[in-house]
Amino acid sequence: MNVRPVPELLAKPPQRQPMDRNVGSVERLLSIAAGSVLVAFASRRLRSPLGMTLLATGGEMLFRGATGFCPVYKLLQVDTHEMDEVGVGIRVAVTIDRSTEELYTIWRDFARLPEIMSHLEAVTVTDETRSHWVARAPAGMKVEWDAEIVKDEPNSLIAWHSTENAQIKNTGSVQFIAAPGGRGTEVHVFLRYSPPAGSVGVAVARLFGEEPSQQVLADLLRFKQKMETGEIPTTQNQSAGHSVKRQVKSHVLASATSDQSEPKPSIPSNGHLQTLTAEGVVL
Amino acid sequence: MKALCWYGKKDVRVENVADPKILNPHDAIIKVTSTAICGSDLHLYGGYIPAMIEGDILGHEFMGEVVELGREVDNLKIGDRVVVPFTIACGSCFFCNSDLWSLCDNTNPNAALAKKMYGQTPSGLFGYSHIMGGYAGGQAEYVRVPFANVGPMKVPESLTDEQVLFLTDIFPTGYQAVDVCGIKQGDTVAVWGCGPVGLFAIKSAFLLGAERVIAIDHIPERLQMAAKDCGAETINFDGDRELLGLLEDKTGGRGPDVCIDAVGLEAHGMAPGALYDWAKTGMRMATDRPNVLRQAIMACRKGGTVSIPGVYGGLLDKLPMGAAHAKSLTFKMGQTHVHRYLKPLMDMVEQGKIDPTFLITHRFPLAQAPYAYELFSNKKDNCIKVVLTP
Repeated sequence: MNVRPVPELLAKPPQRQPMDRNVGSVERLLSIAAGSVLVAFASRRLRSPLGMTLLATGGEMLFRGATGFCPVYKLLQVDTHEMDEVGVGIRVAVTIDRSTEELYTIWRDFARLPEIMSHLEAVTVTDETRSHWVARAPAGMKVEWDAEIVKDEPNSLIAWHSTENAQIKNTGSVQFIAAPGGRGTEVHVFLRYSPPAGSVGVAVARLFGEEPSQQVLADLLRFKQKMETGEIPTTQNQSAGHSVKRQVKSHVLASATSDQSEPKPSIPSNGHLQTLTAEGVVL
Repeated sequence: MKALCWYGKKDVRVENVADPKILNPHDAIIKVTSTAICGSDLHLYGGYIPAMIEGDILGHEFMGEVVELGREVDNLKIGDRVVVPFTIACGSCFFCNSDLWSLCDNTNPNAALAKKMYGQTPSGLFGYSHIMGGYAGGQAEYVRVPFANVGPMKVPESLTDEQVLFLTDIFPTGYQAVDVCGIKQGDTVAVWGCGPVGLFAIKSAFLLGAERVIAIDHIPERLQMAAKDCGAETINFDGDRELLGLLEDKTGGRGPDVCIDAVGLEAHGMAPGALYDWAKTGMRMATDRPNVLRQAIMACRKGGTVSIPGVYGGLLDKLPMGAAHAKSLTFKMGQTHVHRYLKPLMDMVEQGKIDPTFLITHRFPLAQAPYAYELFSNKKDNCIKVVLTP
């Protein structure tokens, strides 16, 4: 069986006209602000070559801010506006040595996903198809949204999208496909979301060491480790020499790899996926 | 406890750090009785391996006594005396089940990072950078051993620490380098680098049926050990062209059947290729100095095997792939599947077929580890292998 992309997740944006917007919304605001400052500064130095250059630059920034069209971006084939519309897309796959049934069952129990997905704080299931999600965002912020299951094929596929009131519009799917030769199950995750501040938001997130595709990969690998060995390998709280640099670097590393310093709170359940504490458990 | 911590290039210190704790159910805590400095520790010491963090505890060759066990470890008892493989393996993934333990899928906490760098993650390693998991190493009084239900092997009372300590890395590493080449009767094996791994490769080549072994180095005491203790013919190299000519002469123009690069990314020497690599890595334009690998490829006989136990970390420049292709060479490489070799090699030691202690030149208490690193790194005082006791 092939990976079947869920059509609504992979729809391409419509083709645009030549003089169309290619600057994202936040970047437009920044362009207007910076352009205004430059023009004001240059207007007092109009006789010098520097003044003229700054005026031209400021003017261009005002233009691209006001119209959302940047000729330089067009030449360079850069489009930061696209991200406002279609958001960021992520595809990650891992193969896990467990049956499709077992993995589907554990994944379908959304409330327990935060035990393994370190970037999810909590998921509350409200009814058969709806659930409320709280995720960690860069710089210690949180984002919340309601999600609705749009497709649910037991042992095979779960697809969802955020409902209308979502802070971050997102869609996603996870597909479970038997790997050839009895090598377990391929787990394919597709996610698409509109970051709160468009392309600038993604860039800021990267500054904080939070690369979304890397985080999803790290979480999926943790899921695999837990499913195959019963524990998630960790080095948090191990012995080490003292160093100030160490504290900074360890933090950056932890956010890039999802190795957590704080144990997850236990979630009581009757399911066979037991709670995950700092000591971990065997499934 | 006391532990040897890395703080930067040529800066290692013995520090007081917190004792290790059980963090996962398959963990054990080992009280270290003997530990060694590995040639690959010198890559860390020299600052060649990325993703080290100040304060990292080094050491991946260690053994000792079990003092604490996680609740899922049922094959060991408190007080057991064990050797611990430097590669950490879960014992349950596809790769462990395929006897490819150093490729274990599930023991690297930073798997996503390694995947980004190498395409896939190898197993976690003790004390060998955060790309390989960042596990605290065993040049310490105590060490936490993850997946202790899989790795550590009990040591018969009749054997001393020094007889079995090298089963953790260098003996299996030298042995695997030859074993994976499938030595046939009449084969000649050339070994670049007569450090501990190279010396064990020479011994292993004879154990596995090689007819002749040619050892290549430029340090007299190492060549002497290769000849005297291991029975190899030796070449003291000083130039690319001359070396290749000598190897041709010694093999009747065929070239060695198996060429082993037991040097890796820090090749020394004054050959033009080696100087070129020094310049490039000095300017941060390259990460590794692969001159030995170039020589091995050029020297190897048609249809022969180039085996690479030496460590490479990044991108290699000017490898003669044309020669490798034209001669249909086979390449074998990678970290050692220590778990595969632990039992058979321990049996060999017990039966007296090999005595691994021959290469120990220095013994120090752990407190003197920084001095030992300096000594070993500069190959002063004929230093070949250092054993530390906490």
